[in-house]
Amino acid sequence: MNIPPEQTLARLLESPTRFLFFTGKGGVGKTSLACASAIHLADAGKHVLLVSTDPASNLDEVLGVPLAVTPTEIVRVPGLAALNIDPVAAAAAYREKLVGPYRGQLPETVLRSMEEQLSGACTMEIAAFNEFAKLLGDPVATAGYDHVIFDTAPTGHTLRLLSLPGAWTSFLSNSTSGTSCLGPLAGLDQARGVYDQAVAALADGAHTTLVLVSRAQRAALAEAERTSQELTAIGVRNQKLILNGLFRASGADPIALALEHRGNEALNAAGAFLARMRLAKVPLRAKNLLGIPALRALVTADYFQSASPPDAAELPPLTATESLGQLVDRLARAGCGVIMTMGKGGVGKTTIAAAIATELARRGYPVHLSTTDPAAHIAAAAGEIKGMRVSRIDPLVETRAYVESVLADAGKNLDAAGRAMLEEDLRSPCTEEIAVFRAFARVVAEGQGSFVVLDTAPTGHTLLLLDATESYHREIARKASTLPESVRELLPRLRDPNFTHVLIVTLPEATPVHEAGMLQADLRRAHIEPFAWIINQSFALSGSQDPLLMARERGEVPFIREVTEKLSTRTILVPWVLAEPAGPERLQQFFPGHPAI
Amino acid sequence: MCCSTGLCGPEVDPSLVQFAADLDWLKSKGVIVQRHNLSQSPAAFVQNEIVKTALTVHGESALPVMLANGKVATTGSYPNRSALAALFKLPTTATPEPPNSSCGCSGSC
Repeated sequence: MNIPPEQTLARLLESPTRFLFFTGKGGVGKTSLACASAIHLADAGKHVLLVSTDPASNLDEVLGVPLAVTPTEIVRVPGLAALNIDPVAAAAAYREKLVGPYRGQLPETVLRSMEEQLSGACTMEIAAFNEFAKLLGDPVATAGYDHVIFDTAPTGHTLRLLSLPGAWTSFLSNSTSGTSCLGPLAGLDQARGVYDQAVAALADGAHTTLVLVSRAQRAALAEAERTSQELTAIGVRNQKLILNGLFRASGADPIALALEHRGNEALNAAGAFLARMRLAKVPLRAKNLLGIPALRALVTADYFQSASPPDAAELPPLTATESLGQLVDRLARAGCGVIMTMGKGGVGKTTIAAAIATELARRGYPVHLSTTDPAAHIAAAAGEIKGMRVSRIDPLVETRAYVESVLADAGKNLDAAGRAMLEEDLRSPCTEEIAVFRAFARVVAEGQGSFVVLDTAPTGHTLLLLDATESYHREIARKASTLPESVRELLPRLRDPNFTHVLIVTLPEATPVHEAGMLQADLRRAHIEPFAWIINQSFALSGSQDPLLMARERGEVPFIREVTEKLSTRTILVPWVLAEPAGPERLQQFFPGHPAI
Repeated sequence: MCCSTGLCGPEVDPSLVQFAADLDWLKSKGVIVQRHNLSQSPAAFVQNEIVKTALTVHGESALPVMLANGKVATTGSYPNRSALAALFKLPTTATPEPPNSSCGCSGSC
């Protein structure tokens, strides 16, 4: 397809600001577009630093270069350097900086206790934020670069990251006792100047551009619009939008026409939003955008590679995979329990969770469908059906309830001064983390009596949550505890293969499959074994005759094989469906042959 | 636990919250109070010979340790407000009254 010159990515990148933030729903192509933009600017003679703030970054794979937490020169692109902000590594480095000097001076048990106290999700969040603020607010840290491009974490997490500077700056200036939860950052006061600078840089349109990335999909566009509004509200007003993966059918192939139609439908529905935004359009590519030549071509050439469809011999035997209906048969046998969909953002976790929950409800089981994703569209995806309850763990609501319960319990015997002090500590960003964690545990506990289907947050955030579970678990084990049963039993429940069924959702593409592989390894380290893998949105079984879609089918084959042969013991192959799967009727597309509701 | 009230742990220990409030009360009576957290200011634990020795001999179970006028006053537990008052010979307002709206929220009714 042809893109008008005023809507090309190259045009969008003319006279760019110093800081560029790429954000959008998982899977829309943020990393590819951030990389392509960085390469484009470096090719034009600029010095560019590319930064991923995603806890589950795939920058290494896209660039084809192993990266670290400090800038690595990309040899094949003169002028370009890249780094990953790794929350786990940042927290470890931070911990060592605090504990290291006391090795040999304090007993081993005391050192271990210090390390444990500095292992929570909260320390990780603070340490990662500190790295981020340094890049944004400390002129020395980025002195050698004309442009700093942030390939940010999936939106929910990004929003929290971006809203933190404001929250923390006001928290720091209001803090009077000086012994608050932000304590893990010793010397935080010295960092205050850097945080102030970070806030100022974010809101300054002459310095910072927010690049929203979306595809022609309802949920992705809705999220881009919501992000746009929320960031406008915190003062980030210089915004642009890239529509990625646009597709036009080249013939009369019904699958291709349906794909084009779905895209147009979504774009029309978002018409008012699109009209407000400065736009660039990027067409769907036949191949995954991995490696520097492919990324460079994304900006400079409107290339299109046609290819022949995969040979029958190349396709994995169908017996290696099951249908979603067969999976629900297996899950239904247990009669109750927790079903969690996990995977990279944008692979369709919410849709798959909604489809499974709807199907269980249709078969007469009471189901609770819930999510921990701060930016979930779960209610829109599922719609309403008898026997199914839909909820969302809302960080704001949970935090408010938690604060009230703490004030009512722990605060009940305090005098006014003590109560004021408690209230001040409760304003710390850690409170939200703990409140969400407790809500998650509560929902999991419901699986004892009926089905709970959890559409979990994108990978990185989920891992932080699970890691928090682990470190909490250790701390809990040490204490005589008045903890709710739901929190005490959380980890044992997640580890019980008869109680919790973890479904890893992926797309038949390189990055989602490899990230899902890493997720599986992380889960296994936490002694949680996935029940099945779900390969979503596959064109391989669609029978499309459109040349571009046939080329994509061919591209899927090695990744389907990788899952069935190396990664998974039970694989569900879910075909791309003609109508956008939202609401009970359209979710029935995943269960062909079943009577309509 | 990284904060004095223990709010960042998986559960809130009311005794920690109470102790933080009691120390604040002690300060308001003119006592100079320094509180150190092991994970935040380990230097304080190493630089004080008495505390360092207590940690070396008893390990973590020596904590919390409270020194009053240079001597160990308590180890292994948090003293309550009346114990603190006795230690510094302050008039005892035995247990703090819960805030009551009819008292104007000043905490001194």
